[in-house]
Amino acid sequence: MKSNSVKTIVAIGIGAALFFVLGRFVAIPSPVPNTNISVQYGLLGFMAISFGPIVGALIGFIGHALIDLSFGWGIWWSWVIASAVFGFMVGCFKPLFKINEGEFGTKGIGRFNIIQVSGHAVSWVIVAPLLDMLMYQEPVSKVFLQGLSGGLANAITTAIVGTLVCIGYAAAKPKKGSLKQE
Amino acid sequence: MINIFNYIERNSPIHKLTGATKLIVMLLWSLGAMVTYDTRILAIMPIISFFLFAISKIRLKDVSFMIGFTLIFMLLNNILIFLFSPTHGVSIYGSSHEVFSILGPYVITWEQLFYHLNLVLKYLSTIPIVLLFICTTHPSEFAASLNKIGVPYSIAYAVSLSLRYIPDIQREYHDIAQAQQARGLEMSKKAPFFKRLKNGAAILMPLIMLSIDKIEVISNAMELRSFGQNKKRTWYTEGRFTKWDIVAITLGLALVVASFVMNYVNGGRFWNPFIR
Repeated sequence: MKSNSVKTIVAIGIGAALFFVLGRFVAIPSPVPNTNISVQYGLLGFMAISFGPIVGALIGFIGHALIDLSFGWGIWWSWVIASAVFGFMVGCFKPLFKINEGEFGTKGIGRFNIIQVSGHAVSWVIVAPLLDMLMYQEPVSKVFLQGLSGGLANAITTAIVGTLVCIGYAAAKPKKGSLKQE
Repeated sequence: MINIFNYIERNSPIHKLTGATKLIVMLLWSLGAMVTYDTRILAIMPIISFFLFAISKIRLKDVSFMIGFTLIFMLLNNILIFLFSPTHGVSIYGSSHEVFSILGPYVITWEQLFYHLNLVLKYLSTIPIVLLFICTTHPSEFAASLNKIGVPYSIAYAVSLSLRYIPDIQREYHDIAQAQQARGLEMSKKAPFFKRLKNGAAILMPLIMLSIDKIEVISNAMELRSFGQNKKRTWYTEGRFTKWDIVAITLGLALVVASFVMNYVNGGRFWNPFIR
């Protein structure tokens, strides 16, 4: 096994732990029941663009499943899967970013936000409500409202928290070619 | 600090089952409760699960916090469904027996009440089982169980790592939050919402940096110990199957089969007592 894959596993583990802590203890209730203003999606967006789709998907899946379990209501699979889909979709665009080389400028911010907003749209307005209807037979209007409000809140927090974290992380990384031979 | 995966050491038959069995039964159980809306099955499931809860020697006050959360969740979900779709039951069961009318479209029908009864029963049948799983399975056994039911061990190990590091990260988050607040960062309700989000990011930054460093350190340590060299691995906390494990899994399987059979017999996911 390559060293890369050990790092992937650890990134999933630590990422899911962070996702859990943020989602469980830093939750701000939103006006619509069952949805929280979730800071953890900012982290997930960041982890996904710096580690790729598999890490993104599994952090979303494991982290969200652990949050559900810890509240004691069982695992709400449709939303857990939607979190994984978000991590996966954002992670797929990893090659567009050079965040690990310390670059995250205006262009990066723009790209990141377009990607994360569309990722949230697909996960919460399409995937989550459809699975809710399929798996739990809940009323259409209710699941779409929940999805829409959850997705909107997640997109806003990702835009603020995720972007700030990406900028901060990139700034702390030494830039590629920042050393010059004299 | 609250202990999240609230493992409670007691001497009970449920504790003696292997973690893998409990995981399988929990998954089967929630699958069974998810697929069917047959009220007869949904009425039996809470009875069995409350019985199991009783023999596990977990007391209600051990889990009262979680139960409170879940009941609020259940209540809100029911209210929301009624507000958005007061005639969901009518469209499912295809008939309408009015009880009384509140306002405009908000008419209480027996069909709607019956649909809500099914929803509540679904919660009541899964909550005790999930609580049992959380309270009677040691976190370190959880990863071994995942591997045993067929999840690749690298993924099971990732779950184990995250359970291991949740308390650490929780503590670090707390420390950083206090340090930042001591430097004047407002996190209470007094700060406007967007300000609070931005301040939240100021706590997140050091936390994420620390965690990224941690990823380096842990993966180096794992590589030094040749993690991932072999196709399989053994687990320190893996238990042996006894006959009670087989009994438990059979019970879980029987329930899933029953709910699928009833779906077939009823010709859909709902059992309809209104056509007679």
